[in-house]
Amino acid sequence: MFNSSKVVGLPLSRIDGPLKVTGTAGYAAEYSAPDMLHGYVVCSTVATGTITKIDTSAAEAFPGVVKIYTYENRPKAAWRDSKWKDEVALPGHPLRPLNNDRILFDGQPVALVVADSFEAARDAAALVQVTYEAGEPHTDLAREQGDSYVPPVPRMQAFMPPKPRGDSEAAFAQAPHQISAEYTIEGEHHNPMELFATTAIRHEDGSYLIHDKSQGSQNSHDYICNIFSLDPETVVVRNSYVGGAFGSGLRPKHQLFFAVMASLDLKRSVRVEMSRQEMFYLTWRPTSIQTVSLAADDKGHLQSVMHHALHATSRYEDYQENVANWSGLAYKCDNVTISYEIAKLDVPTPGDMRAPGAATGITALETAMDELAYEVGIDPLELRVINFIHRDQNTDKDLTSKALHACYREGAERFGWSERSHEPRSMREGNELIGWGVATGIWEAQMSPAEAKVRLSSDGKLTVSAAASDIGTGTYTILGQLAAEAFDLSLSDVTVKIGDSSLPKTTVEGGSWTAASSGTAVQVAAKMVIATLLKAAQKIDNSPLAKATEEQVEVAEGRLVLETNHQVGIALSDIMAAAGLDEIEEHAKIEPDKSIQKKYSAYTHSAVFVEVRVDEELGQVRVTRVVDAVAAGRILNPKTARSQILGGVVMGIGMALHEEGMVDHRTGRIMNHNLAEYHVPAHADIEEIDVIFVEEDDDKASPIGVKGLGEIGIVGVAAAVSNAIFHATGSRIRSFPITIDKVLGATALESETLQ
Amino acid sequence: MRHFSYTRAETVSEAVAALASDPQAQILAGGTNLVDLMKYDVAKPGSIIDINKLPLKQIDELPNGGLRIGALVSNTTVAYDPRVQERYPLLSSAILAGASPQLRNAATTGGNLLQRTRCYYFYDPSTPCNKREPGSGCSAIGGINRIHAILGASEDCIATHPSDMCVALAALSAVVEVEGPQGKRDIPFADFHRLPGDRPESDNTLAQGEMVVAVRLEGNHFAGHHTYLKLRDRLSYAFALVSVAAAMEVSDGKIVELRVALGGVAHKPWRDMLAETEFAGQPAEEVTFRHIAQRLLAGAKGQGQNDFKIPLAEKVIVRALKQAASGRPQVQSVKAIQ
Repeated sequence: MFNSSKVVGLPLSRIDGPLKVTGTAGYAAEYSAPDMLHGYVVCSTVATGTITKIDTSAAEAFPGVVKIYTYENRPKAAWRDSKWKDEVALPGHPLRPLNNDRILFDGQPVALVVADSFEAARDAAALVQVTYEAGEPHTDLAREQGDSYVPPVPRMQAFMPPKPRGDSEAAFAQAPHQISAEYTIEGEHHNPMELFATTAIRHEDGSYLIHDKSQGSQNSHDYICNIFSLDPETVVVRNSYVGGAFGSGLRPKHQLFFAVMASLDLKRSVRVEMSRQEMFYLTWRPTSIQTVSLAADDKGHLQSVMHHALHATSRYEDYQENVANWSGLAYKCDNVTISYEIAKLDVPTPGDMRAPGAATGITALETAMDELAYEVGIDPLELRVINFIHRDQNTDKDLTSKALHACYREGAERFGWSERSHEPRSMREGNELIGWGVATGIWEAQMSPAEAKVRLSSDGKLTVSAAASDIGTGTYTILGQLAAEAFDLSLSDVTVKIGDSSLPKTTVEGGSWTAASSGTAVQVAAKMVIATLLKAAQKIDNSPLAKATEEQVEVAEGRLVLETNHQVGIALSDIMAAAGLDEIEEHAKIEPDKSIQKKYSAYTHSAVFVEVRVDEELGQVRVTRVVDAVAAGRILNPKTARSQILGGVVMGIGMALHEEGMVDHRTGRIMNHNLAEYHVPAHADIEEIDVIFVEEDDDKASPIGVKGLGEIGIVGVAAAVSNAIFHATGSRIRSFPITIDKVLGATALESETLQ
Repeated sequence: MRHFSYTRAETVSEAVAALASDPQAQILAGGTNLVDLMKYDVAKPGSIIDINKLPLKQIDELPNGGLRIGALVSNTTVAYDPRVQERYPLLSSAILAGASPQLRNAATTGGNLLQRTRCYYFYDPSTPCNKREPGSGCSAIGGINRIHAILGASEDCIATHPSDMCVALAALSAVVEVEGPQGKRDIPFADFHRLPGDRPESDNTLAQGEMVVAVRLEGNHFAGHHTYLKLRDRLSYAFALVSVAAAMEVSDGKIVELRVALGGVAHKPWRDMLAETEFAGQPAEEVTFRHIAQRLLAGAKGQGQNDFKIPLAEKVIVRALKQAASGRPQVQSVKAIQ
């Protein structure tokens, strides 16, 4: 259905790559202005309670300090909650920095020190003396389970569990094979390399150019315009380059509020940059506790699926994500019950982190599927194949596409799955047991409303513009590729302008929807330019295209030509000259097709194969091989696409083995708040990762055939690792991350059982 | 970070004089730990004495076949020095088991000895910590303590010394040369670091005004039988949960001389010299190694989250001794444990 192209589908290097590796791509904290001031945030050191006193005298006396803001002198901001709600806001009351004396979580901002240098602000911040009346913190989800509840206001209807179908309890009881287990996953923190930062540059006329680390410049723009009653026309927010975000930048962070607040108050440009430690007091993937019960007949056909999910939220907002609903649609089963609850803790509001919900819920489901395979006594991959279904049973809709069989087949072949011996502890080399595990991954293929402009200049070059964000995913490049394709140009003939709130409206960059949404908008805008060219061409005397329709023409080698006969056509430059046009620009606004959405559900899928080697005696686990076979529709750029999946797999290995915010529940304080002690995989932890994109044609998930790739790479990885550890050792570890102590504990039990 | 004065010393005596005259002074060498601690507001030196100009960057031959490593020789230089690799491969291996190439390039020999603990609470000034603020209490007891001590801890502190290099130096019975207002003196490595007791603020036995100028190694016969084995929460760039520096001389299948030092388990590299002499003459085989491990861990006590380190340490000691006895030391770039 898609024309063969010189640019789309090719593994091209990202167009912003040279800027990034030469340090010329500007990040939010790298912009400056004359006489700019610097803000440093003082964070609470208790998790709950009230501030009884803030003594700023020593800090104020510190050389270079301009002003210190606390709840006692914070400039006025919007009063209504609705003004504080950003595009991705949650049910509840958004955090208002320095609003009152109440402390809701450890690390809550309690003061902003503004000084003439970053160093002075930081040094003075250490001198701010805050006294608290601390309450007893409740930060341990396991202990607060009794107070869990169903969110009274759903964040999105789709996150609420589907109605139960069949009779899962009875089917479970009657089935010959049953497993039921509890899975816990510790809280994770996004920690992109770039720290959150905002540089608010104030112009003489009081207008603003604000550089903000964010996944949506327009979200940040509207947020601060609402809070401070600013004329939207006088404020531009840019997020030209974003050094990773993983969802942490979906909602505006307090440094944006602080930079603008101080700038408005002091009438100076202000930069506020977070410390790495502060990055742990933000959005996080909430700690979760899940119970999955599965039952099957003797052949492995699922008879019953029950999945209960619980995760943490804050005191002030009901964070919600789709954790458990996947269990109702991943496999064919007619008896399904899914339930979902949250529990309030004295913590910052959790937020979307790469594949929010799915990374958590599918880790539980896919570990449970492995347990069921061993209960039934069939190959874990075979169990998944047996229960395949090309339908969304939760909503009773057909699927736009599901090339998951191809993922299983091609992944297994590349991995060598057929060589696997089923018995745990049956593969060994040296001191290490070898285990092979598999898991399925699923993520939604979503589209959001999007706009884009495409401009054709008289020199034949294109400019694409949209307020889309590139958080390291390759958005610049793929938008350029799509525009280039429509005009038969090379990528270097296209300029891509994104990351600016004044550009055409775009939803925040998240949910893996940007390529499908902004990509479609660019393609539509390009077609509009071609339509305009055609109209102009038809006004030329004796135009060879006089009778052609929009569908019959395309651009080839700088000419507008008949698709069926490239000899017939007119040079674009001649058309524009004849019409007296220097440029043609069109503005496209697209929305997902509701008629398709009514009939179909759209998902990306993957099959993840993992090899681990476990030194059983010492508890050391190595992930030595990963094959991730992904069905994500059309792949616009195999190079950036592969990078997306690689990053997801690495993050999944981190979820499996390393990542964990360690909270001292006596104080509610996270103690490993730095990258030395909060572990993510190091190079030594990552060996061979093989990414396969299987063929998948899908003209319904999005008009350009794209399903999105940002999240699918992480989904299923942690389960595949834990399943491989089981296969290696015979020990099932249901608590993530799987650290040395857990491996030693479990294998000690296993060897006792064997004796 | 608080304001501080900065002086660059040109000679050792100048540095010692500056250090001795100001109890708030601290020495800056590679800065890989001190600068972090200053940024976190944990270290608050009133003055910084930069010793990077001092002539302490040589590795010199000693008449007995040993080496004298200047305090400012970088960890990288030590690890890759051909004489160190040939005579003290255990030291080279231990250094390469720690940190990252960037850190090893900057970190110095003296600084490695003087690095502070990685206890989470020590790094967070909002929490009580006796090592940081004497008398404020120990938050790690009853708190997050999976990386903490199982040997030699006190009611006031359960922190561990984080170095890998020092574990090897302890096993090799290095000597620390220090210089102070009273002149020069030698400190046997075992006496350099101290257990926390009721003064956890003191990591070592340096007197006021004293600085490390070199580390001396005697000649030895361990190059054939040694290993450095480190277990940690990821395969690189993490501090040891348990590490073992093992070296032995073996003759006719029997242990002639034995050295075992443990890292990640105590406030200092842990060594039991009496036990080592007692096992001389025993067969170099697994049963013996298990007895050695049990003997070394006799007084081990967990703190809850770190209880697993006791059985883990036993197994790591046994595996390390097997590696040493068989002459197949752990290669740090190979992550499978031999």
